[in-house]
Amino acid sequence: MRLLQRLLLYLLLALGAVTCLIPLLWMISTGLKPIEQTMSSPPTWLPYRLYVEKDGALTEIQPADVDKYPADRMVKKFAPRWENFQNAIHAMKIFWTYLKNTLILCVLTVIGTVASSSLAAYGFARIDWRGRDKLFLLCLATMMVPFPVVMVPIYCLFRWLGWIGTLKPLWVGSFFAGAFNVFLLRQFFMTIPKDLSEAARIDGCSEFRIFWQIILPLCRPALMVVALFQFMYTWNDFLGPLIYLTKQDDYTLALGLQLFQSQHGGTEWHYLMAASTLIALPIILLFFFTQKTFIEGISMTGIKG
Amino acid sequence: MTRGEKRNLRLGLAFISPWIVGFLAFTVFPVCASIYYSFCDYDVLTKPVWVGALNYRDMITDTVFWKSLYNTLYYAFLSLPFCLVIALWIAVMLNQDVKGRSVFRTIYFLPSLVPVVASSMVWLWILNGNFGLLNHALELLHIKGPQWLADEKWTKPSLILMAIWSCGNTMVIYLAALQDVPRSLYESAEIDGANPWVKFRHITVPMISPVIYFNLIMGLIGSLQVFAQAYIMLGGGGPNRSALFYTVYLYQNAFDYQQMGYACAMAWILFLIILALTWLATRSTRRLIYYGGE
Repeated sequence: MRLLQRLLLYLLLALGAVTCLIPLLWMISTGLKPIEQTMSSPPTWLPYRLYVEKDGALTEIQPADVDKYPADRMVKKFAPRWENFQNAIHAMKIFWTYLKNTLILCVLTVIGTVASSSLAAYGFARIDWRGRDKLFLLCLATMMVPFPVVMVPIYCLFRWLGWIGTLKPLWVGSFFAGAFNVFLLRQFFMTIPKDLSEAARIDGCSEFRIFWQIILPLCRPALMVVALFQFMYTWNDFLGPLIYLTKQDDYTLALGLQLFQSQHGGTEWHYLMAASTLIALPIILLFFFTQKTFIEGISMTGIKG
Repeated sequence: MTRGEKRNLRLGLAFISPWIVGFLAFTVFPVCASIYYSFCDYDVLTKPVWVGALNYRDMITDTVFWKSLYNTLYYAFLSLPFCLVIALWIAVMLNQDVKGRSVFRTIYFLPSLVPVVASSMVWLWILNGNFGLLNHALELLHIKGPQWLADEKWTKPSLILMAIWSCGNTMVIYLAALQDVPRSLYESAEIDGANPWVKFRHITVPMISPVIYFNLIMGLIGSLQVFAQAYIMLGGGGPNRSALFYTVYLYQNAFDYQQMGYACAMAWILFLIILALTWLATRSTRRLIYYGGE
């Protein structure tokens, strides 16, 4: 009975895991196929080439000539079309510009977020001043405001500044401490014993030096979480670039992929999937290298929230 | 105030100054301006013209507005319970003594990592009526699959399916909470002869109730604002606007039709709906949530 229960447990878990993976595997598989294999029925999972034996050597059969040969003389061999990636990049025209824009935004927003929210979190967590807790409540309350409410005025503000059609609206805001990150870092800063700061103060250490040389080094894991989340957010963001960017030269990867889909969608699925793989892969790799920080960060948002 | 207090106040304000500037520029100003615009006719190019409550009155007779609200509530009320229950179920299974827990956790988490643009492309392809993987799979069961995204009956279920696929985030939060539940509670329940369901119902659920509540509220706020996947996969709302969601229609009003005032009015109504539903959820679950030590 116990054995049966465990078997059922693993079976269900495996079933769920397969369901999660199939769309991703299908994306990669389609991205490696020639176009005629993307629309075959039943579906092709492993891209292949067909060969026929002629004069003791294997000759490849072109898709158009498949009917000319009897099935039993054909040899099927696994052959992923790696060149699809190159072709997809080429078909997106300015893929490298998209990538450059995305990376610029990622770097700037990560720097901005980590710098500004750690400063603000320090002010809310490690210095006692009048009205601090009231202001912090106000800070938390800003998280309640849904983006659509402020979307139009912020757009108008950037328009008035002449920033529409530039990358500025997408990174400048990150230098002004978002409430969520301030909250996350404050929770962490508060766990460090007060005596540490007191001792440094008695030794005549300036507040900024305490922040920079004592608190920040101790909070590296939390800063990593904030940096990682921000990187992911910027890499994945779709609505922001959609609103503020007007020139194709400024597009990010997310917007570039959508543009490509609206131009070539419905036919060149193999290129679309190859391009999607290229955009998803860096995030997945980043996740694998930073898994511990990542999972801790997500758990932190739920439990301390 | 003593000199020390003054010094601390100055220092404190200096440290939080980035937040203060951001708060004024990206919250206080936009919120005030948004209220004002919602009572104006405003197309960005010319100055806003005060029209009173006209935008709000227009909403009452705007059938597209009602349709988008219906679509959004339909999506939220179906995807949210599915996500919450399935994620909890998976988390509870993973919290058993299973081998390879972290591998499973990673796999379940992967879909929510994929950039929404990329996962939208993948699902466009999977849900393709003629060559899509889903319909191939249904064929094996001798079911003729629908034209998912081209059939108005199936657009919303398609997006709900996609939402369930990517609920790994919720699962990871549950799992972290489950691992904090003291083993001793289960052990003493076992001594009293409790079966797995009783343990789940009377230990697990109460112990992680604050986290269930957190996931409920976050899920509610998120699903009422669903945008990117619907916009990417179904553009202007799909067949017969069956997947025109609230924020998509709001976006269209603001940036396609240049009706900024109407868009702001819609945003405020959305805010009120979110507040009302959050209040309702909080009220109806308050007595069910157990905060340890309080």
